[in-house]
Amino acid sequence: MIKKVFIVFVSILVIVWFLTPVVLIVLASLTPSEDYYNQNRILPRKLTLDHLYKLFVVLNGWRATLNSLQVAGMAIGLSFLTGLPAGYVLTRYVFPGKNAIRLSILLTRSFPTLIIAVPLIMIYLKLGISDTLFSVALAHTSFILPFVVLITTSILSGISVEYEEAGMIFGLSRFGAFMRITLPLALPGLAASAIFAFIMSWNEVFISSILTFVNRTLPAQILNTAMTSPDYFKFAAGTIMAIPAMTFIFFTRKYLMSMWGISLK
Amino acid sequence: MARVKIENLKKYFGNVKALNGIDIEIKDGKFVVLLGPSGCGKTTLLRCISGLEKVTDGKIFFDSVEVTNLSPRNRNVSMVFQSYAVWPHMKVYENIAYPMRIKGYDKDKIKEKVVWAADTLNISELLNRYPAQLSGGQRQRVAVARAIVLEPAVLLMDEPLSNLDALLRVSMRSELKKLQERIGTTTIYVTHDQVEAMTMGDEIAVMHNGVIQQFGTPEDIYHRPANIFVAGFIGSPQMNFLEVEVIRKDNVLFLRNEDLSIKLPKDLAEKIENDDNKKLILGIRPEDIHKEKDKESTEFEAIEGKVYFTERLGSDTIVHLDFKGIRIVSKLPGDVKIKEGENLKMYMDLGKVHLFSTVDGKALI
Amino acid sequence: MILLPTIVYLIAFLGYPLIQTFILAFTSESGTFGNFQRLMDTGDFWKALKNTILITGIIVPLQLVLAIALALFVNMRFKGYSLILYIISIPLALSDVSAALMSYNIFAPTGYLNKILLKLGVLDRPLYFFGYMFQNREFWVIVLTEVWRATPLVFVIILAGLQSINKEYLEAADVFGFSNWQKLRKIILPLLKPSIMSALLIRTLFAFQIFGVVWLLAGRDILILAGEAYYWHNNVNDPHMSSAYAIVIASVSLAISWFYISILRSKELEGGQK
Repeated sequence: MIKKVFIVFVSILVIVWFLTPVVLIVLASLTPSEDYYNQNRILPRKLTLDHLYKLFVVLNGWRATLNSLQVAGMAIGLSFLTGLPAGYVLTRYVFPGKNAIRLSILLTRSFPTLIIAVPLIMIYLKLGISDTLFSVALAHTSFILPFVVLITTSILSGISVEYEEAGMIFGLSRFGAFMRITLPLALPGLAASAIFAFIMSWNEVFISSILTFVNRTLPAQILNTAMTSPDYFKFAAGTIMAIPAMTFIFFTRKYLMSMWGISLK
Repeated sequence: MARVKIENLKKYFGNVKALNGIDIEIKDGKFVVLLGPSGCGKTTLLRCISGLEKVTDGKIFFDSVEVTNLSPRNRNVSMVFQSYAVWPHMKVYENIAYPMRIKGYDKDKIKEKVVWAADTLNISELLNRYPAQLSGGQRQRVAVARAIVLEPAVLLMDEPLSNLDALLRVSMRSELKKLQERIGTTTIYVTHDQVEAMTMGDEIAVMHNGVIQQFGTPEDIYHRPANIFVAGFIGSPQMNFLEVEVIRKDNVLFLRNEDLSIKLPKDLAEKIENDDNKKLILGIRPEDIHKEKDKESTEFEAIEGKVYFTERLGSDTIVHLDFKGIRIVSKLPGDVKIKEGENLKMYMDLGKVHLFSTVDGKALI
Repeated sequence: MILLPTIVYLIAFLGYPLIQTFILAFTSESGTFGNFQRLMDTGDFWKALKNTILITGIIVPLQLVLAIALALFVNMRFKGYSLILYIISIPLALSDVSAALMSYNIFAPTGYLNKILLKLGVLDRPLYFFGYMFQNREFWVIVLTEVWRATPLVFVIILAGLQSINKEYLEAADVFGFSNWQKLRKIILPLLKPSIMSALLIRTLFAFQIFGVVWLLAGRDILILAGEAYYWHNNVNDPHMSSAYAIVIASVSLAISWFYISILRSKELEGGQK
């Protein structure tokens, strides 16, 4: 009995602690400006989509959002295109230097992304692609790629080789077996990691704000206009950033959990 | 079906010589077992035949076509894996149908063959289920059904029964053998279980250290083991081994160990007449050591010792005898009441004795 | 063969820039260490270093304890625990910018906290949490925000480790009459060590690179290493100095990883199984 009370009590605590900031920011973004600046009003009388609209349309929030989406999409595409085969090779083949490569990929995660930011700009300038979305995507790929390699290695090693071998015995080439047997089996895990990679790119603020001037991603936009726009716009922007990410992980939480090694039995 | 011929096959993994010169010919339609302890190379050999493993040296032929460098899908082989490898994301029907789908068979032909295979393996009611919903034994049948559906030239099986419980294993043994007799495909079967090998194989290749120690019928292997390894590997309880000295006295050869002195008849003596063979290993199976002298005319030699331990199995009695510090095991039919600690005289059937060289373990007799 | 694209990519976009960073950091008018000399001469650097270490030192242990508590709680598998699990993991989907905004929303002069306290009559005037004069309060808001934002990361790692503990160890403990507290101390925590170590490692590494939350909430009131790197690059346009800062961050990060890994290794050598 005491246990039940304890559980309920702590649960409420946890819910309040984690959800309050989120709820409040959504509330703030929906609060009309008069109510917002009114010291006496805590809760708004009515909700308004005005700020969200203004931010999205007038201040080109939608363009920044679009940019973020494009960058994330490109980054994921690039990372998986190069990372998935890498993960496959690292799991299935044995070759000299394998461990060294694995280790060095792991090591890249220990470097903060910002230390490559500066020289990257110089490279981009040389390549003529500075201040483009593609350049940000390339930059994002450099820290998403190791993550993808790591994850695909672990996912693929969980799929028994014998499934592929059976495929090869019964008529598939090695590539065919990978595409038609391994990949479908790996899809849930890969989808979850794609979502997570998307969120990483979507949220990344430092490099995007350094690399871009005109074509900003949403976080970069916020960072730079943060000091100057009225509060409720900031919150509207925060909401726009937060809600999609939260919805994504809600729908894929089962896969994300198993990706992190947590079972929801 | 096809005849399989392997010439001087070698497979090295770096410095490890997994297969060190395999020569074997498997006739069309035969059920051949690759038998041996773990690490002997039997699975490696199977995988080389399948094409999943590339050979380091040597040749493999199916009929007169060399397949050594062909990929698995071009060899017309089928395989049943130890873990069955039944694809989890496909239903049973789809699993069995897949090999045909890949080769582009038309829908009706596929259905016809799937139904036939499922029928043969008694899994027709399971066609619409997913592998996760099946028991181990059922999944194994799906694996077999999938393997026979395209009527391959060679059917390969990698310890398919080892993950089943004991009772199921026994019933599946006869089922698989009967199945093979029915469809007549050349089958190569890997196992470490000698009972499986002896009951199922038309011929057995006993392997050890990457080479075939002996290739022959179960009867050959059992009664005429080619070397000490084969003699010791086959047969349960294991064959008894005794070191003996070869002594010549009055032109007659004797084998001596402590108070044991065996006179060798002339024809046998001629076989081992050789200065190298001063010391030999004598081998005799437990069931060839009797409690009483047999009425038949074969020679017997008495061996006496203290009964160390008995195991009463109901159908047999296993007697562990302590002969001057050496453990001798005898298998007696029926339920024999013998007291532990008593001194017992037992009789070795000299007609069933084997002699092995101490130099290379080969059988001399 | 197939690995080539990955390797080429990493070399091109990670390796090369890395080398460039090194070059930038180590070239200046006053010789190889010129930038670092300048770095150390400015009081800013030492302040930033101190702040970064301070923040990391406070946040990481706090998060660890909270994460372990939460993990133990969730692992009780009560009804509806998966919903709680989802709620706890929400901050993982958020960027530091969002988290900073959420904090601002609450602690701003026109924020919810002030509004409530004013309404309740506890305050006459709003309490200021931001601004140069209120550095201390800024600091604690930042700590609070970071703890809120990043504890789930540690939590996820710890929970995974917790679930992988073989139940039989705990059942044996029950048979021997261990109390819950003893079970925690003698069985769970020791077996959790690898997860704790990796969580600590990851968290410390990231804590050292803290940027968004501080920059948005406090600007340059509270100096931190990553912030300085950004400042020197964007505002002052001196890539040498920002690279130098980056190198400092990287070196300290590596030193910390080295430290952690060597502790982990030595523990494994002497510890063994309980």
